[in-house]
Amino acid sequence: MNLSRRWLEAFLRRPLDPRELGERLAMAGVPADAVEPVAAELRAVVVGLVEEVRPHPNADRLRLCVVNDGGAERRHVVCGAANVSAGVKYPFARVGTTLPGGLVLERRKIRGEPSEGMLCSARELGLGDDHEGILPLDTDAVPGTPLTEVIEADDERYVVDVTPNRPDLLCHKGVARELAAADGTPLRMPEIPGAPDLPLGSPRREGAEAEVDGVRVVIEDAETCPRFTAAVLRGVRVGPSPAWLRRRLEAVGQRSINNVVDATNWVMLELNRPMHAFDLARLHGSAVVVRRARRDEVLVTLDGQRRALDPAMAVVADTAGAQAVGGVMGGRESEVSEATTDLFLECAWWLPARIRATRRVLGLSTEASYRFERGVDPMNGAEAVRRCAEIILATGGGEVRGEIVDLWPQPSFPPRIFLRPARVAQVLGVDVPWSRIEQYLVRLGCTVVSKPDDGRMAVDVPGWRPDLRAEIDLVEEVARIHGFGALPDELRPFRVGARPDDARELADDRLRDGLGAQGLREARLLPLVPAASGEVRVVNPLSADHEALRRELVGGLARAVERNWAAHVRDVRLFEIGTAFAPGEGDRPAEERRVAGVLTGAREPAHWSASGRAPDADLWDLRGLFEAAVALAQPGASVQVASEAPDRWVAVRPDGTTAGWAGPVAADRPPWAAPLFGFEVAIDPAPRGPVSYQPLPETPAVERDLALVLPEGVLAAQVSASLRRGAGRLLEAIEIVDEYRGAGLPAGARSVAFRLRFRAAGRTLRDAEVDAAVERGLAAAREEVPGVSLRAT
Amino acid sequence: MHPALARLAERLARVPALGAAELETEHVAVLGRKSGELTALLKSLAALPLDERKSVGAEANRLRAEYEAAFAARRAALAAEAGRAAWRGVDLTMPARRRWTGARHPVTLVLDEITAIFRELGFVRATGPEAESEWLNFLALNFPPDHPAMDLHDTLYLGETPGPEGRMLLRTHTSPVQIRVLREGCLPVRVIIPGTVYRKDPFDASHAPMFTQVEGLAVDEGISFVDLKATLAHFARALFGSATAVRFRPSFFPFTEPSAEMDVACRICGGRGCPACKGSGWMEILGCGMVHPQVLVNCGVDPERYTGFAFGMGMERIAMNRFGIPDIRLLYDGDMRFLGQFE
Repeated sequence: MNLSRRWLEAFLRRPLDPRELGERLAMAGVPADAVEPVAAELRAVVVGLVEEVRPHPNADRLRLCVVNDGGAERRHVVCGAANVSAGVKYPFARVGTTLPGGLVLERRKIRGEPSEGMLCSARELGLGDDHEGILPLDTDAVPGTPLTEVIEADDERYVVDVTPNRPDLLCHKGVARELAAADGTPLRMPEIPGAPDLPLGSPRREGAEAEVDGVRVVIEDAETCPRFTAAVLRGVRVGPSPAWLRRRLEAVGQRSINNVVDATNWVMLELNRPMHAFDLARLHGSAVVVRRARRDEVLVTLDGQRRALDPAMAVVADTAGAQAVGGVMGGRESEVSEATTDLFLECAWWLPARIRATRRVLGLSTEASYRFERGVDPMNGAEAVRRCAEIILATGGGEVRGEIVDLWPQPSFPPRIFLRPARVAQVLGVDVPWSRIEQYLVRLGCTVVSKPDDGRMAVDVPGWRPDLRAEIDLVEEVARIHGFGALPDELRPFRVGARPDDARELADDRLRDGLGAQGLREARLLPLVPAASGEVRVVNPLSADHEALRRELVGGLARAVERNWAAHVRDVRLFEIGTAFAPGEGDRPAEERRVAGVLTGAREPAHWSASGRAPDADLWDLRGLFEAAVALAQPGASVQVASEAPDRWVAVRPDGTTAGWAGPVAADRPPWAAPLFGFEVAIDPAPRGPVSYQPLPETPAVERDLALVLPEGVLAAQVSASLRRGAGRLLEAIEIVDEYRGAGLPAGARSVAFRLRFRAAGRTLRDAEVDAAVERGLAAAREEVPGVSLRAT
Repeated sequence: MHPALARLAERLARVPALGAAELETEHVAVLGRKSGELTALLKSLAALPLDERKSVGAEANRLRAEYEAAFAARRAALAAEAGRAAWRGVDLTMPARRRWTGARHPVTLVLDEITAIFRELGFVRATGPEAESEWLNFLALNFPPDHPAMDLHDTLYLGETPGPEGRMLLRTHTSPVQIRVLREGCLPVRVIIPGTVYRKDPFDASHAPMFTQVEGLAVDEGISFVDLKATLAHFARALFGSATAVRFRPSFFPFTEPSAEMDVACRICGGRGCPACKGSGWMEILGCGMVHPQVLVNCGVDPERYTGFAFGMGMERIAMNRFGIPDIRLLYDGDMRFLGQFE
């Protein structure tokens, strides 16, 4: 929505500082996204007084003028306009000035005579179409005064955001009302230059049917159109709009079309009442009917599109058929043209839901539909028609025939709301005196009807505020006008909540700390992925890259690794905590919180002491990360070799279910890159139990190394388990400290060195009992794992 | 003085000049348990007459303490020198041996900071699912059905057909968790709700189809706009500095009333007006308001007895502003060079 500073000033009857206005608009709830100067070029143009006019020695149609532009020296200007005369002031552009349209004035010679600037026509200044001569200025301003101070052509356009609850702010009157209400100053309608005193009395109130100057008007669909106001104007000249009208519309970015269309647009931008003017001569049967469209009815709208209508839409029709899509757009057939003399002016109130549905089906959002969808004032139709007629008569003559008719079959009024000052105090936290509350509401256009003794205030709200429906809505109005800034910044005591901190967030925190300590950097990636990477589909994706929700996290991380490789980053260590999606019950997908990580490249940063080389991370680095992640994400789960794949570990919960995996990850790997590994684990948000202290050992440990030969197919874990079982309770821990394959061993076999640590609580172990325990362990291993033998040394 | 003591006192002066091996020999020679001269002398004291024993004993003990101190000092000096010798001739400008460093994502850093501030104000965290029903995302939050207010939330849908709670969608804000928490009925409520939310937006320098939001909700008896204002102004000063200017201006959210936006003085121009703040001098930080009575009713909470405030803000914008990140896509790219810059 665009606002003109000059237009707002016209309502408030006082100048507004552009910077301050931006601030005040923000505080009124309509913050400006942008402020654009309008006709800023004209600020360089000044009032010039022509003191002398002489004929040009070398050209009959040119004159030599001496111009006083306020400077010490007079300017000599060659002028071709027939209407230039001495003693008159004109807009004067000095050398160096840029005119609208981009022309930069230079000092030059015209037919041998020097010319230092230009006396300008209205058209050259972008102020109108009049090119007949230069623009005489009827002003007392001294030469040199900026032109913009004389004709108010310069302006600022404020591009503002209006929230959907406030349709009343979609027009200048509404915004001006807010500005006036904020400081309690009056608001007056701007004057229309040349407007006649209209002999228009009160509109004639009618039911669903009326006649105005021979035109029959009928509301058949009163649900969609409960109120319809209209007038007939005859003998109107349709033509270009005068400068004041064009300038205002152009200031808010509206193209001028002709005086009649411009008048309806003016009213829309001023009063938020979209109107339509029909060429009365093109309406068949001198009838206007508001009804639902018929099945298969077709209308060519103003934009030239042929539109198929359906009975869910409302139309304004004549006896031949639809002439406008109600509340959305007029029809081409009855469009006002230069040949039009008689007009049917219409201002209706349309049901927002119907307009919303209609413009969606038609794919046609217009300034009118935007406003009707949000709700215009049902009470100011007659004001709008009168205003529109005023502008048309001022710019195109003619007369209003008969009265303005106001069809309102079932009058209904905005609700009465009861407001308790105690409620205001409860919600705002301060007491606002009754009288102040009343004052604020009256400034906004409410009527405070009575003061019943039950402590409530009865408030009738104005028609332009469809958002005021309940007591809390009035509390907000009081807060706004009182000003949030006027409330104390006072931190008052509070009670803590009844809930504990979220377990899932606590689990995430632990993982971020833990994986960060492992040297992994946290990534955040889009959960939206191409259709191939997820089963849960987005119905209305904006891009093919975002058609589904990811089924797993590692895939996204692998793509991130590829992007790092593309940037020649070889060492990549990333993790992500996020949600994976799977089809669930009905349309609700199953969501699982997971942590995933990837690593590729050097195990540690290269250092000169190792000749700048560091070994690449391998599967044992992966296993370490995986174990760390599982310990944090799934306490109680164990890391096991996957039975179904030779190159994977899995995390297995105590109940036997799988909670995650680790292994190599497929990616588009450049030849210089290292292998890529990844893992992914579901996060169990269950709160962690307390950790209890284990007493530190007080006695020394005894360690024994055992080098065992394991035949092909025997796993170290099997042997460890047997050793543990056999060695008994003195065995504290088993560590694997070496693996050897090659010479001296049977084919396929390997030697694995196990370090057994023994300890007894409360006493020092004797060598003999340790030897016996090792023997028992060895015996168990030999017995339980066929082929295992002690390696000969 | 006892002649032996005098001799030993003289020898004491030589200790600071001894080498490592000499030092140990001398230690044994003087203080050795079996053959040390001073040890022997102390043992022989018992044979002396009482008055002599007293004076010689005191002298001998003092001398032993002096020897012990001298030996310890010399040992420390020799160790330090040995340490220095190992470093001598090494180029200490050579680079260190490093380890890979992990890092939290810049959005997480901002989120953590904000969580910490609100934790001090008594808020704990709450979470909920990312896929929600139309009812929880819109209608329970007092969005009128089929109203332009919904147009502000360009929504990604997961379902075509409406179920009992409307169509399934990707939540456009974490506000549905407000409903989930209030429905549990454990009052007072004082939570912040971090989480991923989705919008049907293109992926470009300033938009993303997903972002990270933090909402807050406080519901109790006696909570007013003054509490809202003071809490959020305190938050802004904690996050941006104690001198930060704050303003509240009217706005609209269906689930709060009165509704407001909180601005802080532009971080770039300090309030004078610049392109970053569109000349206004202010930067929008969050939306907030008093919980709409209808929302409380929808959750079975008595709006006459309980009032509350709610607020919501986007983490990405704050992170981009804080770290000077020009393009939102950098946040979601997983670039190692980027992710290592912030911690």
